Amino acid sequence: MIDSSVLYRKRMRTNRIALVLSMLAMAVGMGFLAWILIVLLYKGVGALSLSLFTQPTPAPGSEGGLSNAIIGSAMMVGAATFIATPIGILAGVYLSEYGRKGWLAPATRFINDILLSAPSIVIGVFIYTVYVAQVQHFSGWAGSLALTLIAIPVVVRTTENMLNLVPASLREAAAALGAPRWKVVLHVVLRAAKAGVLTGILLALARVSGETAPLLFTALNNQFTSLDLNGPMANLPVVIFQFAMSPYENWNSLAWGGAVIITFGVLCLNIVVRTLFRKKI
Amino acid sequence: MQSSAVTKRDMSFSQLRGEQTSQATGSEQSPKIRIRNLDFFYGSFQGLKHINLDIHEGMVTAFIGPSGCGKSTLLRTLNRMYDLYPGQRATGEILLNGKNVLDSGQDVNALRAKVGMVFQKPTPFPMSIYENIAFGVRLYESLSRADMDNRVEWALRKAALWDEVKGKLNQSGLSLSGGQQQRLCIARGVAVKPEVLLLDEPTSALDPISTAKVEELVHELKSEYTIAIVTHNMQQAARVSDYTAYMYLGELVEFGLTDEIFIKPKRKETEDYITGRFG
Repeated sequence: MIDSSVLYRKRMRTNRIALVLSMLAMAVGMGFLAWILIVLLYKGVGALSLSLFTQPTPAPGSEGGLSNAIIGSAMMVGAATFIATPIGILAGVYLSEYGRKGWLAPATRFINDILLSAPSIVIGVFIYTVYVAQVQHFSGWAGSLALTLIAIPVVVRTTENMLNLVPASLREAAAALGAPRWKVVLHVVLRAAKAGVLTGILLALARVSGETAPLLFTALNNQFTSLDLNGPMANLPVVIFQFAMSPYENWNSLAWGGAVIITFGVLCLNIVVRTLFRKKI
Repeated sequence: MQSSAVTKRDMSFSQLRGEQTSQATGSEQSPKIRIRNLDFFYGSFQGLKHINLDIHEGMVTAFIGPSGCGKSTLLRTLNRMYDLYPGQRATGEILLNGKNVLDSGQDVNALRAKVGMVFQKPTPFPMSIYENIAFGVRLYESLSRADMDNRVEWALRKAALWDEVKGKLNQSGLSLSGGQQQRLCIARGVAVKPEVLLLDEPTSALDPISTAKVEELVHELKSEYTIAIVTHNMQQAARVSDYTAYMYLGELVEFGLTDEIFIKPKRKETEDYITGRFG
């Protein structure tokens, strides 16, 4: 009876079309992702060796690894995440919990969205102008600063979104016990949104791990291993950029190796952090 | 009046009720909360109109009425819950122990520590069962570990939840069933030892067995706390309360002893609502 009615069949047809379209969209997205990963692994796994992690980038014609770039990237990305996390979370908390009235919160949100979509090269040039050009030398700090500026808006946005998902009833329940606003936010709201906020931080970290443009203008590169954030620093994205463009075959291979390290480094970090913070409560 | 209550009501309730009513009529001391000329506004919409009402100490006062009549709003003015939202304001007087809580000088957090609230939907915090209770206690008291353990157990016993959770205090509050979560929220509210407990439709999301447990709890708790309860369920109001207020469109239509309201209401509107001819 029902399944023979015109309306029912029309609805079935619409359903099937929508399903096919969404499957197609997914296939396109997943397809490209899989393609990228396959090419990356195919080209990059061959370059993986112990020397990749132990030796610094080679001069033309000699053998080497990426240890200086790995250390530099880890330090700069680490510093950027370390600085961006508290700032981003605090700003996100302000936007979600305190910025209910007035013009400051909407204005902040707007500017943050602009920053979020700003081309990273602009950030690089900005830090170059206000910092590198002033102190007259490239440095790891300048690189970290540029990465921080890229990471902050990501953390702000996700923190605000995740806090907005926490139901108002939970805030009311905590306030009803006589808890002051900051305790409600710190102990209840942020706790409820912990996994989401963490995702935002990881998202920011993943994003800045692969940024090349801002580092070109700020940290530049360094052929030697350096732990000094105040001087030029090697880093994976810029090394990949330079080595991939070079005519030397072993440099090209190192570039692929670097790409694999970034990709799987971020993946491993994601898994480790998520496992550590897995909902115990 | 009492005899009519007994004839019309199930015996077990009327026995309980008999003592309460005599208490209620006998107590002429000043009420715990005195509401005078209370108006409430959501922006420009007036949610409450000229409410005058006394809530008596050690009694259960029920608020009934159709959806949107302002009963929850009234409850939320008593602990100034509305303060969380810009654009909502109340005028008039709500005297708690003789002091107007609507005064701008009133410390809202201190007020809420004295006037606890349990909501319609269970809202356990994302922490362990133990921490759910301890959170509120720590706000205003610093207890030793042993004292805190005792307080947590005491509160959970009060809420008739202890036996079900004593072996898993470190598990998440969210792991409990809906009815258990709601009793956890009641335990949390009781643990800070407030003077008044506001219950905003505390059983509307619960099954009948959990509802019965919560209602028993209200009976237990009223010896130590003053309780105000909003309910959509008129039988519930009749079962648990000493006083009942019937509200409609932001106005208090009738207020009096529950037995009188349910057996011979003075106003026609109240009678229509209670008998199901309206609402």
